[in-house]
Order: sequence, then structure tokens, then C-alpha cells
Amino acid sequence: MGSVANLIVFYILGAFITVSSILAVTSKRMLRAATYLLFVLIGTAGLYLLLNYHFLAAVQLSVYAGGILILFIFAILLTTPKGDHVEPGDKRRIATGIVTALAGVIITTLVTLKHHFLYVQPAAIVGDHEINMKIIGSALMGTEKYQYLLPFEALSILLLASVIGGILIARKR
Amino acid sequence: MIQMEHYLIVSTIMFFVGIYGFVTRKNLLAVLISIELILNSVEINFSVFNRYLYPEHLEGMFFSLFGIAISAAETAVAIAIIINVYRRMQNIDVRHIDKMKF
Repeated sequence: MGSVANLIVFYILGAFITVSSILAVTSKRMLRAATYLLFVLIGTAGLYLLLNYHFLAAVQLSVYAGGILILFIFAILLTTPKGDHVEPGDKRRIATGIVTALAGVIITTLVTLKHHFLYVQPAAIVGDHEINMKIIGSALMGTEKYQYLLPFEALSILLLASVIGGILIARKR
Repeated sequence: MIQMEHYLIVSTIMFFVGIYGFVTRKNLLAVLISIELILNSVEINFSVFNRYLYPEHLEGMFFSLFGIAISAAETAVAIAIIINVYRRMQNIDVRHIDKMKF
């Protein structure tokens, strides 16, 4: 029963993500494209919840949907002159894009379906497997094998550098 | 139960829709939105592989976590650059930004 409900939720999320991502790249108005990107990111958080990665879903919602989307919306409001920006379509480039995307989807899907992955037992996947926050915290702060203090610190330096760079580049003189 | 391939197909579609947007869009911010789609699909793949193939480890989840943080930094710098370009050229259309071409 629970797995059937999971399947239904997955198909709803998959259709939602597919439609929203197509609309995000074909919409003529930038603000609408940003809104569809928000829908895609929320659907992705739903997929993480289905996979029982609750912490990852929370990070996705707060960093992507809360932080990056606000940046996008402010940048769109700052740089779009008269509210709307309708791009004149370049037929040849659109045809090239559609052919590239369709060929890529077909080839990748065929390869994915033909390949036999080495699954573990299905019982290890379904069921309640929420990861304890204590495990995540000690893995993020430890220095032993399968622990990630060094990438964490490198990432904090990267964030600091990008903050300084962002201020320096966008500052008014 | 949900097969792993179903997740992979969803993320494949998201990836190539992002590539389509990257090829066809003219606005710099729209190109950046397409890049966000591509990064997002890759992060879905990391966590799906982790959950289905190696459920006792956490590598894929941490890779997604760091990927989200790196894409946040990348977006902040890119938007700063785009705002600066707009301030100098009054335009963020990729066809008009050719000052640095030689």
C-alpha cells in the first residue's frame, strides 16, 4: 500500500518537474521562467524526500528555493527594462536545440535502460531509512575516512571568495 | 517500489531541457536558469545512485550537498557579473555583448 502511494507521488512529481522545466526554458517572460524554475526546485526537494534524504530536501528548499531564486528575481527586476522581454525566435537555432536535446534524451535513456545496475536488496531501499542528523553532523565535521571536514572548509573559503567577488564586481563606483 | 531508472529518466529530461535552453535562449539570465536546471539534475543523480546502489554510505548525499553550495556561489558571482554588464551596456542580450571579441 505504501509503495503504491509512493509510486503515485513519484509519477506526479516527475510529470510536474518535466512540464515545469520545459516551461522554464520556453517561457517568453523572464519572471515566469524564474517561477517555473522555482517549481522545478520544489519538485526536486520532493524527490529527495521520496528518497528519504530529509536533510538534503531541507537544504534544497532553503538554499535553492529560498536563496538563489531571490537573487534571480532581483536580477530580473533590475535588468529587464520594460517589464517584459520577448525574444525574437531564431528558427534555425531552436531546431538545432530541439534535435540536440531529443538525440541526447534518446541515447541516454537507451543506455540507462540497457545497463544492468548492481542493485542491493530492495528491502534495504524501501521502508523507513531516515538518516540520523547525528551521523550527518559527525560525517561533515570529522577527519577520518568517509568524513568531510576538508571539503567543508574549502567550501567555506569558496563562499567567502564569492561573496567578496560579488561585492567587488557589482559595486557602484 | 520505484525503479531507479525512473528517477534517472526524469533527471535526464531535466538535463537536456537545460541544454536546449542553454543553446536557444538569448537573455543571459535565462542561460543561467538553464545552467541551474543542469546542475540540479546532476544532484538528483548523485543522491539516487547513493540511495539505490550504496545505501550504507553517504558519499552521494554529501556530493549533492556540496554541489548545491557550489552552485549557490556560482550563481551569486554570475549574477553580479550580469548586473555589471547591464550597467555598462544597458542590455543583457548575448547578441549584443561582443565588446570583448576580437
